[in-house]
Amino acid sequence: MSPAIGGTLNRVDGRFKVRGESRYSAEVPVTNLAHAVIVNAKIASGRITAIDTSEAERAEGVLAVLTHRNLGRVATVPRLLPSLAGLAAPGQTFFPMQDDTIHYGGQPVAVVVADTIERADHAGTLIRIEYETTPATTLLDQARDRAYVPERIFGGLLPGHASRGDVTKALAEAEVCVDATYRFAPNHHNPIEPSASTAVWEDVDRLTVYDSTQGPNAVQFTLAELLGLPPISIRVVSHAVGGSFGSKAMVWHHPAVAALAARHVGRPVRLVLSREQMFTSCGHREEQEQQITLGARADGRITALRHHKLSLTSPFDDWAEPSLQSPSVAYTSPNYEGVYHLVRGNTITPTFTRAPGEATGMFALECAMDELAERIGIDPLELRLRNYSATDPESGKPWSSSGLTECYQRAAELFGWHDRDPRPRSRQDGQWLIGTGMASALYPVTQPVNPQRARARLYNDGTAVVEAGVSEFGTGVFTAMTQVAADALGIPVERVRFVGGSSDLPNVTAAVGSAGTSAVGSAVHLAASQLRDELIRRAVADDHSPLRDADPANVEVRDGKMVLRDRPDVGETYADLMHRTFAPDVEVLGTWNPPPQDAGYGVHTFGAQMAEVAVDADLGVVRVRRMVGVFAPGRVLNRKTAHSQLMGGMLWGLGQALLEATRMDPRLGRWANASLGDYLVPVNADAPDVVVDTVEVHDEVVNPLGMKGVGEIGVVGAAAAIANAVYHATGRRQYELPITLEKLL
Amino acid sequence: MRPISYSRVADVGTAIGTVSADPESAFLAGGTTQVDLMRIYVEQPRRLVDINDLPLTRVEELPDGGLRLGGLARMSDVAEEPAVVRRYPMVAEALLMGASPQLRNMATVAGNLMQRVRCSYFRDVAAGCNKRAPGTGCSALDGINRGHAVLGTSECCIATHPSDVAVALVALDAVVQTEGPAGRRSIPIDDFFLLPGQTPEREHPLTHGELVTGIDLPPLPVAATSRYVKIRDRESYEFALAAVAVAMSVAGGRITEIRLALGGVATKPWRARAAERVLDGAPADTDSFTRAAEAELASAVPHGMNAFKIELTRRTMVRALAEMAQREGTA
Repeated sequence: MSPAIGGTLNRVDGRFKVRGESRYSAEVPVTNLAHAVIVNAKIASGRITAIDTSEAERAEGVLAVLTHRNLGRVATVPRLLPSLAGLAAPGQTFFPMQDDTIHYGGQPVAVVVADTIERADHAGTLIRIEYETTPATTLLDQARDRAYVPERIFGGLLPGHASRGDVTKALAEAEVCVDATYRFAPNHHNPIEPSASTAVWEDVDRLTVYDSTQGPNAVQFTLAELLGLPPISIRVVSHAVGGSFGSKAMVWHHPAVAALAARHVGRPVRLVLSREQMFTSCGHREEQEQQITLGARADGRITALRHHKLSLTSPFDDWAEPSLQSPSVAYTSPNYEGVYHLVRGNTITPTFTRAPGEATGMFALECAMDELAERIGIDPLELRLRNYSATDPESGKPWSSSGLTECYQRAAELFGWHDRDPRPRSRQDGQWLIGTGMASALYPVTQPVNPQRARARLYNDGTAVVEAGVSEFGTGVFTAMTQVAADALGIPVERVRFVGGSSDLPNVTAAVGSAGTSAVGSAVHLAASQLRDELIRRAVADDHSPLRDADPANVEVRDGKMVLRDRPDVGETYADLMHRTFAPDVEVLGTWNPPPQDAGYGVHTFGAQMAEVAVDADLGVVRVRRMVGVFAPGRVLNRKTAHSQLMGGMLWGLGQALLEATRMDPRLGRWANASLGDYLVPVNADAPDVVVDTVEVHDEVVNPLGMKGVGEIGVVGAAAAIANAVYHATGRRQYELPITLEKLL
Repeated sequence: MRPISYSRVADVGTAIGTVSADPESAFLAGGTTQVDLMRIYVEQPRRLVDINDLPLTRVEELPDGGLRLGGLARMSDVAEEPAVVRRYPMVAEALLMGASPQLRNMATVAGNLMQRVRCSYFRDVAAGCNKRAPGTGCSALDGINRGHAVLGTSECCIATHPSDVAVALVALDAVVQTEGPAGRRSIPIDDFFLLPGQTPEREHPLTHGELVTGIDLPPLPVAATSRYVKIRDRESYEFALAAVAVAMSVAGGRITEIRLALGGVATKPWRARAAERVLDGAPADTDSFTRAAEAELASAVPHGMNAFKIELTRRTMVRALAEMAQREGTA
């Protein structure tokens, strides 16, 4: 029996998905269901002075119209803490419809409950609201002079500023300097399934919420605090989730609004956000600007890195996506300064968006590196190699594993990098200018804080159920967990069923920070391994077992049969042992205690990205012709789903580079392109030939199986490789994303 | 969506009778734009009359050698019709460059002509928009207007006409066939699309209850050497930033026949008559193409973010004409 881990098992939920049988949170059958629709503020700053709901209340089918005047109060608004922490994780420290103040455009101001969603939606348009409008800040340019340096960002997890050495002195003494400022349009996640919550009160203190989320337990804990109920009162179920990309990583207002509305009308309530509401209800990647100053010796060795970021946050929270973290350790640099500057504006608190921070921070660094390579006159890849750091430049500790130089080498081979003529505008194909570019990819290995648990139960027919509270939002985690459990138990994947998606199951953290599979995978691995060991222990202690008195260390399991390692003809199956001993099942709870973040090693995931672009010499149109991404993500559980994740990430990078931008109209304080027709993401026709490969690294530090995650590293560096390729093609540096054609006319 | 009533009719007379009798009613064909606009309360009919069963889905030969596209012919069907592909390639190309395969399978050619603008302020009922709510002002003039028009604009409206195929049809002098309470009409396509002027809410000359039954393509040998060039941010499912429909004949290095129209840059599908005048009889060279493009764009008016469109259109016109001439020259 060949191991399942590292294979290409098809998605265990694939059949249900393609047949339309998966139950998403807005599809769970519930009797006596009512539908809620949220009404959003059309101004960005001010106060509600009058609100007339009478016509809406009279509309056909309407059960209730709730506003700040009659919606239930929340008990507490928990502090913002990333859901990786495993606790309550509200997306912002603000809950709407508690008073008459409007802080941002799209803020919920009313919720209509009716017998159908159409009637609720229509009644919402009959509510008359009068506002007193005050000046709003919705763009960085409106309030640069009000920037401040926060003490901490990211829910308090990261410092607002950091330094090592003397960056000012080092820059003054540098033989070569590159100084550049990069601007980034806001981005939205746009999963294909909008967020949805179905709230069912079974009793006054028993609530079930079917929710579209990356972390059922995070929703449970957040709802408990908001509603003032103990966690035992709340069950959160997430059968299938149609993508997230960070929009469902934190817990936003809608599940609690659904619960409050359901309590008000005494019926189960379903609340589905519209596509337009997805632009104002679950955070976004904030508008930002980053300034990079690189100092180097004439041979390219970096002596100083100064990296400042200015971004827009909400009135409530000091949020910035952590753009400075990975760049600060990408290369050896004895002198470093990183500072976040924030401007408070009239926006919802921004949030995690796939590769949160790395996507922008590494773009800035890797574009500056390209400029430095040109300034010094060496190959961009050679510049990276000269600055490769074998230890974490921040702590001086060794990497738990790296593989970066191997990634560079493999990517260069696959791409054909070494034939490159470094001169800009040196290649042409008809009307198209051809260029190539590269970038490094780094993403931190973030560890959950709390113990991660999974339960494994073997039945006496030799089949097993493995459970943990993780949700499947398209990453393939249920499939990978089936493989992990099968290998640990020594049985084929067909005999394993993984069950997840409920807060009643053993607690794991929200699947965020590319850590979902490693967190739950470690727990599943331990649970299944301990279950196997328990069966072996019983066999060697059983007088009737062929394995009686054997050394457990000398017993292995092959295809469900426990055998002596050196005499595989001696042994018995799990089923034989369990039948003989009258055991209907055997169950084990596995607990993985993650190592502390500072365990004597630098922990990061590495990769290399290369891209070839064609730029229409007259029309400025940029088309990406091919991309190569090579990554060292540690143990790969499923090559097929991991490959898909990495490729999807790279195409996200393509979108970031060329297309994705949410446009704010500062006069209205609202997004002007809040639809999938107007917010452009790449379509299949834009997707080039994408080559994805992985470099094996063995990592015994991060977790029992040595997994470092594949969910986000694919995004990092892809946009920089494309921008650098655009420069190589055209001789024009790009300092603003997305690179739309008018910038190249 | 506001509550509606819905009925499905099987013949043209009943369709026209039902809609013309009720000022708050509308025809429903493919629905690919209309239903979206109803969901966001931009269009609020109380009654929808589904005309998908009407016998208007075919592409037919006309006695004069032209071709009639049934009003309800699906975009995807017309794009694959051999007679269209062979005799009017720019029409097939424009259709295939519009929308997405799924939308093209639903959307009709008449509906395509009738589609509403993509201006985000038109689609936002809380914003000022003279087209949606006359007299409320044009938010796009100083707003997010990268996709907006530079030709045919007024101080009341700068929204771009979004259709691709209409650009090809305007170049070909197609004729729109209608039937309404007052009988049948034939409307030259250039008169079918109205400039916004002071009345941007009026987009076409149809009366309420008047139905586009077909679109006639005239017999035009030059149309067999035609193409549609579309420049856009992404490769599919995206509206044009600039588009050119061109049909050209060249003999002895000179242009003997030219038909030219622009899309993505004007408030209506834009017949480039000034450019045609420059090109007619001129040498088929870059100099002529540049002069023609500049003549056409002399009246272009930029608004903030869309200023680049003038230069983009100039270059796209030169590109399209040069490639067409090259193809003609080597044919």
